[in-house]
Parts: sequence; C-alpha cells; structure tokens
Amino acid sequence: MALSSTIQKVSQHSDSRGTDVVRKGPRRRYLGRRIGHHIILILICLAFLVPFAVMITTAFKTPQDVFRVPPRLLPEHWVLSNFVEAVRAMPFLRYLANTVLLVVLNVAGTMISCPLVAYGLAKLPWRGRNVIFGTILATMMLPAQVTFIPLYLMWNKVGAEGTFWPLIVPAFFGTPFYIFLLRQFFMGVPDSLREAGLIDGASELRVYWRIVLPQAKPALATVGIFQFVATWTDFLLPLIYLNSQDKYTLSIGLYSFFGSHGVAWGPLMAACLIFTIPAVVIFMIAQRYFVQGIAVTGLK
Amino acid sequence: MTAETSLAKRSAPGMGRRRRLTIAGFGFSLPWIIGFLVFMAGPIVVSLYYSFTEFNLFQPPQWVGLKNYVSLFSDDRFLHSMFNTAYLAIIGVPLGLALALLVALALNFPVRGQPLYRAIVYLPAIVPVVTATYLWRWVFNAQYGYLNQLLSHVGLPQPDWLEEPFWTKPAVIIIMLWGIGGTTVIYLAALQQVPQQLLEAAAVDGANTWQRFWNVTWPTLTPVTLFQLILGIIGALQIFAPTYLLTQSRLSPANGGPGDSLLTYAMYLFQNAFIFLKMGQAAAMAWILFVVIGGLTALILWSSRRWVHYGAE
Repeated sequence: MALSSTIQKVSQHSDSRGTDVVRKGPRRRYLGRRIGHHIILILICLAFLVPFAVMITTAFKTPQDVFRVPPRLLPEHWVLSNFVEAVRAMPFLRYLANTVLLVVLNVAGTMISCPLVAYGLAKLPWRGRNVIFGTILATMMLPAQVTFIPLYLMWNKVGAEGTFWPLIVPAFFGTPFYIFLLRQFFMGVPDSLREAGLIDGASELRVYWRIVLPQAKPALATVGIFQFVATWTDFLLPLIYLNSQDKYTLSIGLYSFFGSHGVAWGPLMAACLIFTIPAVVIFMIAQRYFVQGIAVTGLK
Repeated sequence: MTAETSLAKRSAPGMGRRRRLTIAGFGFSLPWIIGFLVFMAGPIVVSLYYSFTEFNLFQPPQWVGLKNYVSLFSDDRFLHSMFNTAYLAIIGVPLGLALALLVALALNFPVRGQPLYRAIVYLPAIVPVVTATYLWRWVFNAQYGYLNQLLSHVGLPQPDWLEEPFWTKPAVIIIMLWGIGGTTVIYLAALQQVPQQLLEAAAVDGANTWQRFWNVTWPTLTPVTLFQLILGIIGALQIFAPTYLLTQSRLSPANGGPGDSLLTYAMYLFQNAFIFLKMGQAAAMAWILFVVIGGLTALILWSSRRWVHYGAE
C-alpha cells in the first residue's frame, strides 16, 4: 500500500515533468524518449525471460529435437511426452503433498510466533527488550553452518532424522529476519491503540490479539509469502534431513531425479516447469505484498 | 505464558507498572527466547567445542586442541574453496548491486506497462534454486545449449562454460545476476525517496543527468546500498546450492567442478561434515566463516562513515 501510493506520487511527478518537456521542446522529442525507454525496458526483460523461454520450449521438444545441433529455441513439433515421462519417473504428487505440508506448517508457525515477539519488542516498554532485540539482530549474521552440525546430531539423538520435525519445529519459535520486519511495522502503529485497549480493561495479550494484530494484515501477508517461498524453494535443510523417497520435497525429488536421469533434458525441463508454476501463480496473486514487504525490509 | 500475561494484568493494582510490563514483555518474547536457547545458543557452544575435537559421529569427540584450525591452512582444497568464494563475493556482489541499480533506474521510467516490466525482472528471484540451476546447466551446455548459440550469432567466443575452470565462476556470477530482482525492487523503493524538489532545482541550475544522479540521487541511495552490500556479502560467503547443483554428478559425491573451480567454502564444509564425516574440521570451518563474516561486516560498517549519507529528508 505504502509503495503503491509512492509509485502513484512518482508518476504524478513524472507527469508534471513530462508536460514541462512538452512545453519546452517539440512534441516529437518527448515521443522519441518514451520509445527509447520502452526499448531499453524490453531489452532488459528479454534478458531475464530468455532462460524461461528455453525451459518452456525444451519441455515441449522431442528427444531428437532437444539434442539438435545447432540448437533452435522453438520446437519442431510440440509434444507432451516429456511431462508424461517426468510424472511417471517420480512420485510427483507425493513430493507435492510433502512440500505443501511443510509450507503450510512453516507459514503457520511463522505467523503465530513472529508477530507475537515483534509486538513485544516494538510496543511494550520493558526492561531487557533492547538486549533481546540486539540478540535477534546479531543472529541474523550467524551463518547456518555454525549450528547445523550440532542441530543435526540433536535431531538424530531424539530419533527425528528422516522425519519432517526438524523442518517444521524451528518455525514455531520465530525467525530473526521476520521478527525484525514485523517489528519495523509495529513501530508505526500508534501507541494510542494499545493504551485505549488497556484503559478498557483488556489484557496485553487481548489488546495484541484483538486490536493490533488485525491492523497488521499486510505485514503478516508479506511475512507469510516470504516464508512460503523460503520453504517452497529450500534445498539445504531437506538435503540434510530427508533420506527416504516418500519424504522428499519437490526440491529434493528433482535433485534425485537429476541424479538418476542426468541427461534427460526434456523430462527434466518439464519437471522444472511444473515445479516453477505454483510459485509463479502465488507471486502473481500476491505481487503487491511482495514488493511492499521487500521495500519495508530494504529501507530500514 | 498466556495465563501469566493476563494474570499479571488482573493483579495489576498490587504490582508495580514496570514489573507488570517486564513480565508481559518477557511473555511475548518467550517463543524466541526458548528457540534461541535450544536452536542457537546451545548449538553455537557445542559447535565451538566440536571445532577443537576429532569427531566422526561413531566415536565420542576427542579433544585435539587447535589441530583442526592449523591443519586447515595447509589443506589445498580448503585454500582453494576460500579463493573461489572470495572470487564470487568480490566480483559477484558489487556487480550485482551495480546492475540492480541500473535496472531499477530503468524500471523507474514513467512509461505504460511499468508494473509488468517490474514483475518480469523480479520473477527469477522466486524460482526454486534447484530449478534455476538445472535450467542454467542446460542453457550453458556447450553443445546443445542456447547461450553459445546466441553468442555465435553476435560473433563472440563460445567457451565451454561448465567444463573450463576459467569460465565456471563467471557462469555462477551470471546465474547470480539473473536473480537480482529482490535487490532491484529494494533500489526501486529507495528511488521513491529521492527528493524531487532537489532534482528539479538541480535541473534548473543546469546540472546534467550524470551530475543530478551523482549529487542528488546517489547520496539518498547510500544507506540502502550499505544494507544490501552487507547482506550480499554474508549471502555470497555462504553460497552453496548453485555450485553444489552445477557440479552434481553421479560419479563422485565430493565433486568440486573442473579443477575444483566451483568448490565453494560452504560446499567443502558440507563435504567435510556429511561425506568425509570430519565433524570437528567442519565445525572449525564454520567458526572461521563466522569470524570472517563478523569482521567483514564491521569493516564495511566502519568504512560506511566515509560514503554513506543519512540525510535529514
């Protein structure tokens, strides 16, 4: 919301600048500049899109077509056999179900724990909150490699290696980056909201749950989407903890598919395409929150 | 925790306001505090201990003092992994920031279709790393790949990207640059903060485009650049998935690409831990990394006094 309003403001600015140009110079110069802008933008976008185009067209090529020298972007005949082969070669639905389960639980854990901690740090003036906040900032610098060996052994000891537990439980205790982001958001919520609630006799928890949290929906959506993408695309943790095919996520499934079918580029690209689509759909739906959330984290 | 907080409120008259607040604040932070103790503080201490031991998972750790740290510095693969990682960070991160800024400036052009252009640039940033890397493996393929086909059209040399040690790291940097969407969006948001009156005043005074950028726009972008630089360096020093997946082969699990040219620090750490089962050595590597990251962050923050401007709006 904040960003889209600034974007609007900027376009108003540029409109006024545009009319300046019209007033100063001949109209053709203004048109020429606009076309120049479009050409630059189209070239940039092509550079970002070509790899996608390669993925999509390869997925629809016949094997002979895939290994044609010199390569051509468009398939000679569009075929679906690669998709059939990819879905047959791996329990795609199993992987999908596992991934969705992890995503749902991780997003839920994040949504429960992170705003709670963030609110306490942003709005309650209590002794010790600076220490806690400082620790949270410091742990954002901590490389995962420092803790992953002891954590692996810890999960191993409680018999959770090869299960989903190590990939779910930590989310329920908060993630430094998301707590930081939500704290920045809560800082902007007026104190009068909390004070009015307290005067009416509500407890701190009730004020948080009933009054402040509903205000935070955009920020919550942002964090939820971040966590969605993080879990959906995660590679390192499932690689460490998951060791049987019935537990694989899409990332690890694709990884093991490549391990056994390395050069089957057609089916591989088909699998990649299937795997990419859900993230893209979510992105299209939630694009506004994405951009806004990134802006919030980037500017503080 | 729930009960505690509401209880604290109800018995408020008898208790000091500060004490009540402390209990409530502590209650709200409890998930993080528990998580921090169990999943961070504990493991940090344990991994420091492991770094002074020899430990292969099957026998209890044996104290060896500084041996892991000392022996690492005479290990060729370790030094190689340090070089590769430094290469990717020193060249890849600044290049990524510069390109992201240029693309953001273009995406800020006031034209129709702006949201679509922005979405397209951001799109690669949400593609799962496994997908993205396999996709690029195919694009980089020397014989059937599309990139060399494009390069031959414009008369440029067509290296064997993933087989010639000289070209593997540039290939990784190209993959990194493809995913600059996040950084670009952050720059885009920061560009909205650039004071328009100042830009207009500068234009009236006859400043050209470059002078306006350098004297008005860039200073407002320096705090964001600092933030991005630190996060970028921290991320680059831990780069794992792209290089791991680019070098993935059926024949050897402890691969590092041609001439180990793609063996990054995090990859060698992973191999030490989970393939060679040298947990002590891996823990020592993790601690060296931690210290390096802390040191570099401090260095960048210190240098920022010279080049970052916190303007008062």
